[in-house]
Amino acid sequence: MVASANTRLRLETVKLTALFGKHRAVRDVSLLFPAHTVTAIIGPSGCGKSTLLRCLNRMHELTPDASVVGEVLLDDINIYAPGVNPVELRRRVGMVFQRPTPFPTMSIYDNVAAGLRVNGKRTHHDVDEAVARALQQAALWDEVKDRLRTSALALSGGQQQRLCIARAVAPRPEILLLDEPTASLDPAGTLRIEELCHALKRLYTIVIVTHNMQQAARVSDYTAFMYLGSLIEVSRTDEIFTKPKMEQTEAYITGRFG
Amino acid sequence: MSSRALRRHLISRLMTALVVVLCSLAVLALVLIMGNLVIKGASSIDWAFFTKSPVPAGQTGGGVANAIVGTGIIVGLAALIGVPVGVGAGLYLAEYGSGKLGFIVRFIADVLNGTPSIVVGIVAWTFVVRPMHRFSALAGSVALAVLMIPMLARTTEEMVRLVPHSLREAALALGYPRWRTSLKVVARTALSGIVTGCLVGIARVAGETAPLLFTALGNLNFTLSITQPMQALSLQIYVYGTGPFEEWHRLAWASALVLMGLVLSISLTARWVTRERHGSVR
Repeated sequence: MVASANTRLRLETVKLTALFGKHRAVRDVSLLFPAHTVTAIIGPSGCGKSTLLRCLNRMHELTPDASVVGEVLLDDINIYAPGVNPVELRRRVGMVFQRPTPFPTMSIYDNVAAGLRVNGKRTHHDVDEAVARALQQAALWDEVKDRLRTSALALSGGQQQRLCIARAVAPRPEILLLDEPTASLDPAGTLRIEELCHALKRLYTIVIVTHNMQQAARVSDYTAFMYLGSLIEVSRTDEIFTKPKMEQTEAYITGRFG
Repeated sequence: MSSRALRRHLISRLMTALVVVLCSLAVLALVLIMGNLVIKGASSIDWAFFTKSPVPAGQTGGGVANAIVGTGIIVGLAALIGVPVGVGAGLYLAEYGSGKLGFIVRFIADVLNGTPSIVVGIVAWTFVVRPMHRFSALAGSVALAVLMIPMLARTTEEMVRLVPHSLREAALALGYPRWRTSLKVVARTALSGIVTGCLVGIARVAGETAPLLFTALGNLNFTLSITQPMQALSLQIYVYGTGPFEEWHRLAWASALVLMGLVLSISLTARWVTRERHGSVR
């Protein structure tokens, strides 16, 4: 794979297969996510891209009957090894979902602080600082700084999604997983999230699942194409969209199927 | 208008009228009950009614202070026992109750929900009154709590299940342990629904008579001791309503009005809580 020499390896899947009962939703995928890059996973609906993403923070196994074969290495440690606590792992690997999921009973401030509070004791001052920092990173600070104590539900959909990004980055994770984060947003909201991806990859390694090929082309450094649970091709984004090696990839990105 | 459109229009009108009539019938029951109580009971309600205990039969005057306070104590104590157990069971059913134990608990709750309240009264008599060798408010509270628990368990379960799965996942993805997700995110989001369920449950048992007959028994005197027999409004209504004196009938009507007002105000509070929920949660 095409990681440049100076980027440190962070996250890698090795022959990863994810199952729902006996159905293999992800098949034997080996994929490397270089540090401080944005990797987009594209593919038609049901190709297993979201399932693959959910294997990276062990959310997959929360579904009844779900199981995983193979390895996911985070800094060379298999996160599926016995002794790895999935709860602690998820604090290192943040996730943002397709639809905004602000906690409805909490204020804007408490939403962002939610992940900090489970990370053990912190002083008020620390939490204040971390909340402000996370909101600034999510480019939401200027819009909400005067109403941090109001309900998160009063925000627009795009703002709510940025709030969820702030919530995910507040505990300073190392990896940020985005599962079709703009699927329920309007073009303006989509643009803001895409700009965020560019800004945030300085701080985090980002994996984004998307239906939208233009989006993959705009935000990612690497693009992986999946089809029927298998990884078909992965390459630098400019290469995969200009000269794909596999016929299926070309068919998909030129819109002949999917 | 074509004949088909006309037909549709007429059927629509007919159905609307039918629904309005049926709805009015349902509301009519409540209106008749309240109206009747106000007509027959309101005139007997004065300051003494709320502040004095009953006077011996044959005399006029006196009040039902003992029964009002008694209902408050018995129902309050029942809520103290029943709410934690019922809500806890409901949380368990919703969050962890997919296995065999969950199935058994749910089945028992459903059976218990359909158990006649007088049977629950006998059970409380067997397990509380007999060992203590006396009737007591505590025994009455236990009986009411047993009635409340399955109701609360099932409504709590329903309310918790209404919380979107995505919220649960969001909390787990943030590194919340499962118990904390259940408590801080799921239960908190369902809280107003759970509170409503509790209030409705309390309102339901506040008017119960049968389970108190051989537990709290009733008491003509004012008492605050939960180990003593205690009067309740429902028992008061039963005894006075079936008694031979005109004066007693008068007090029974007034007591019924007070009890009805109590239940109604709890229900209204429950409605108010639900309204808040739709404003802020969804």
